[in-house]
Amino acid sequence: MSEKGERIICRCNEVTLEEIEALIEQGVADIEMIKRLLRIGMGPCQGRTCLPMVISIIARKTGKSPDEIKLPATRIPIRPVPAGVLVGDMNEE
Amino acid sequence: MKSKAEVVVIGGGSTGTSIAYHLAKLGVDVVLVEKEYLGSGSTFRCATGIRQQFTDEANIKLQKYNVERWKKLSEELEYDINFKQTGYLFLATTEEEVEAFKENIKLHNRFGVPTRLITPEEAKEIVPLLNADEFLAGQWNPTDGKANPFKTVFAFSRKAKELGAEIYEYTEVTDIIVENNEVKGVKTNRGTIKADVVVNATNAWAPIINEMAGLDRDFIPIKPYKHQIVKTEPLKEGQIEPLVCPPAWNDSYVIQDGEDGGVICGTGLEHGPTYDVTPTYDFLREVLKWATRIIPALKYVHVLRQWAGQYAKTPDSNPAIGKINSIDGFYIAAGFSGHGFMMAPGVGEAMAELIVKGKTHVPLDWEWYDPHRFERGELRSTAFQIG
Repeated sequence: MSEKGERIICRCNEVTLEEIEALIEQGVADIEMIKRLLRIGMGPCQGRTCLPMVISIIARKTGKSPDEIKLPATRIPIRPVPAGVLVGDMNEE
Repeated sequence: MKSKAEVVVIGGGSTGTSIAYHLAKLGVDVVLVEKEYLGSGSTFRCATGIRQQFTDEANIKLQKYNVERWKKLSEELEYDINFKQTGYLFLATTEEEVEAFKENIKLHNRFGVPTRLITPEEAKEIVPLLNADEFLAGQWNPTDGKANPFKTVFAFSRKAKELGAEIYEYTEVTDIIVENNEVKGVKTNRGTIKADVVVNATNAWAPIINEMAGLDRDFIPIKPYKHQIVKTEPLKEGQIEPLVCPPAWNDSYVIQDGEDGGVICGTGLEHGPTYDVTPTYDFLREVLKWATRIIPALKYVHVLRQWAGQYAKTPDSNPAIGKINSIDGFYIAAGFSGHGFMMAPGVGEAMAELIVKGKTHVPLDWEWYDPHRFERGELRSTAFQIG
């Protein structure tokens, strides 16, 4: 629970359960659009924490089976890497 | 699913949803079909940039109009699409480029776009982290900008639905019904929708839809090229707000995402033609080589994500927008060559007015974007592709 008593689902982008539920109640029940409007799964953890929970929330709110809800694409790199390391330019410091 | 409509729009990206919204606003009974989720083709993979800095009259005039539309779009759609006029800054590395910038600026100014030549010092004031020493001058237009593609597609589709449009996602068109050179509807994997007007707004996939209507696949030779983007962790707002691009550095660009402050980095490396959008390591190396040269401090910033999308390219990098003369009721707005998102508001409005009224008040030069120009072997001057 956050200070305001909200339940944080996506810790990278501080998205709450209430925000996700409100969007589903407005008719936005597709994980791809929920992801992009609320930025779940788009932070440094790449959705490792939040996406399984978001799937459960969508399943519960829409009556779908969690298996029917496909995970959004995972983006590389799996863990954040400094750009300098990727271009091999971090030697002098 | 509805079995009949006045107009069926195929393709749920920024162009398709804009067309559907503008048609619904004109009172048209419109259905939009999208084979996956809205925005899944190219819009949700774009670099968010919106510019007027083109090198020809038609694109400059259209984009000047579009920026006026973008400015009012949040209010009009009653949803904040986060449009910001943070500018586009092109940077010259040679005297020849400086001269070319001066010519571009004259052209922009002639149509009321306030681009100006700036010194590297001025460029550094605009982008404090810039490696300004490597550049001779900048071509700066503070009225270009960026917006949120996710929210824009959502806002267009939401408003279109409010106005009576039906939108069917995960619905794939399998055939276009054409009888005696007249469109009669579309077949989908969920059923048939009869309609006298069909709009092909599928961008990279447009040749496939054209073929379904009986046209040659190369009638409008749109080819899909894989372009990629790398995005970093968020930086404090204001570090790299404009899109910054030294064209001579492999068309590389950096721009801070207006939503979360992460830096979007792109470069001219492309693969294709291909519909494959798997990210590649050669791109990661190439794009960061240039990005860290434009902004050296980016070396210390973490890369979070890499993804790919399509530039749906025509031979002159200008889209095909208009009516297909050989099939009554068949229209196209596709082949945006990397400019679809930035052009979407005005193109949607112009297409809707063309369909309903046969003409538009939008300053869109139909002759310039004529879908039939390729079969005549005519090309326009090539539109510069970037962000």
